[in-house]
Amino acid sequence: MGSVTFFLLATALVVSALTVVVHPNPVKSAMALVATLFLLAVEFVFLGAHMIAALQVIVYAGAIMVLFLFVIMLLNLSDEEAEARRRGRALFRIGAWIGGGVLAAELAALFLRVPFPAPAAPPAGYGGAESVATALFVDYALPFELTSILLLIAVIGTVVLAQRRAS
Amino acid sequence: MWADAAIAAVKSLVMLLLALNLTVLLLWVERKGSALIQDRIGANRANIFGGILPFNLGIVNTLIADPIKMFTKEDVIPAGADKLLHFFGPFLAVFPVLVTFAAVPFGDVLVIGGREINLQVAELNVGILYVLAMSGLSVYGVVLGGWATNSRWSLLGAIRGSAQMISYEIAMGLGLIGAILVFGTLDLQAIARAQGATIWGVIPAWGIIYQPLGFLIFLVAGIAETKRVPFDLPEGESELTSGYFTEYSGSKQATYMMSDFAEIVVVSALATTLFFGAWQVPYLARDGFHFPGGFALALPQVVVVVMQVASFVLKVLILCCFQILVRWSLPRYRYDQLMDLGWKTLLPLALANVLITAIVIVLAG
Repeated sequence: MGSVTFFLLATALVVSALTVVVHPNPVKSAMALVATLFLLAVEFVFLGAHMIAALQVIVYAGAIMVLFLFVIMLLNLSDEEAEARRRGRALFRIGAWIGGGVLAAELAALFLRVPFPAPAAPPAGYGGAESVATALFVDYALPFELTSILLLIAVIGTVVLAQRRAS
Repeated sequence: MWADAAIAAVKSLVMLLLALNLTVLLLWVERKGSALIQDRIGANRANIFGGILPFNLGIVNTLIADPIKMFTKEDVIPAGADKLLHFFGPFLAVFPVLVTFAAVPFGDVLVIGGREINLQVAELNVGILYVLAMSGLSVYGVVLGGWATNSRWSLLGAIRGSAQMISYEIAMGLGLIGAILVFGTLDLQAIARAQGATIWGVIPAWGIIYQPLGFLIFLVAGIAETKRVPFDLPEGESELTSGYFTEYSGSKQATYMMSDFAEIVVVSALATTLFFGAWQVPYLARDGFHFPGGFALALPQVVVVVMQVASFVLKVLILCCFQILVRWSLPRYRYDQLMDLGWKTLLPLALANVLITAIVIVLAG
């Protein structure tokens, strides 16, 4: 039962992730990425990590991807432009196919040789509000605060750059 | 196992019917309420049976005739539209709003034959975050719907809508943090139970008493999330025809309208749960009333549960009506005023609220 739902989810996840890469339309590609992030959150729910699942949807699917879409729409990229840009890069294409093929072959060989032991059950309280909060605000309080300062600097930098452009 | 599945199915059905019926009822309240406010008669024509009935059937018009008209109209897809996304737009708008109801408790436990049934569809220990996550996804309906129709009005409406919804989501989430700090949990049912206590044995310990500012911030941000007057710039019918759903007709347009009304119900349900004691009736415990002063009145369990559910529905309805009152009383904001209100007023207020609440909680132990 558990593994059936897992493989159904995993298949959907892989399909939507592939759609992100191969779809020619940037808006649909972005929407496929939203679906991927959402399905990943569902995967976290099955692990019992409700907090991480909620954060995944709020931060990535609900906020960051909306900004992605916002920018794509403002730039108004169409299929044709993207197609034109892709043309004349036959060499890159061949290289990508070869690289991807080698990687796929290696992965397939790995899957056939290495045995996969059954995963251990996640520890109690895994991915819940308490464990995430303990990790963020107790165990890694200093790196967490430093990260927020880094983000603040980035925000201020953006404002400064935008102001300079305007004047 | 089958009993559990059946109970889960019945609970889901009850909540879905509750949400959908409230949504449709609001359509009538909106028509009739706006007529009252503007001193019109309004929504009173339904020529059923050739008008031989002596009383008017305005409510029938709104609740039955209108939806039938909407859902049998021609579905126009404009040339140059992205057919797939044009089709999915309304669904993406309405689905996230309707699933948020799963986390909202509509009563305490119901005991049937020794089996305790928790009156909440999904018992999530991160209930509030689930609701915020899902309501955050409803922005895709607006953005994609506006983009997919290949119309300038729609695109402008969609861009306005996404900027507005993202801005106000931040204030909305921060406004709730004060309440989360007070109750010390993210579980909506636990928050509902905590509000059954009393302060000094008299005042019901509802969230609004601890968090009046938090409620105000949440309500304003919530009304902005519903994209209705005074925050209806994404629709902006005087400048953008109908904003992001300009190019939708028939059932799809009705679905967009329904998602807005369902969002009103969500905001009201969440405000009720966090700030107005959820399903609590003052002084009503599981075994009956316990008034301050020692007077008690024992009641059968079923009566208690019915009163709790009725109390929840009543509170939600009152808050819905308040939102409709706001919609018909205030003029529309200008876009810069809208952004100023969100970022320069609500956000600092919400941050101050979080800080003060945290300090008080630490000092009070």
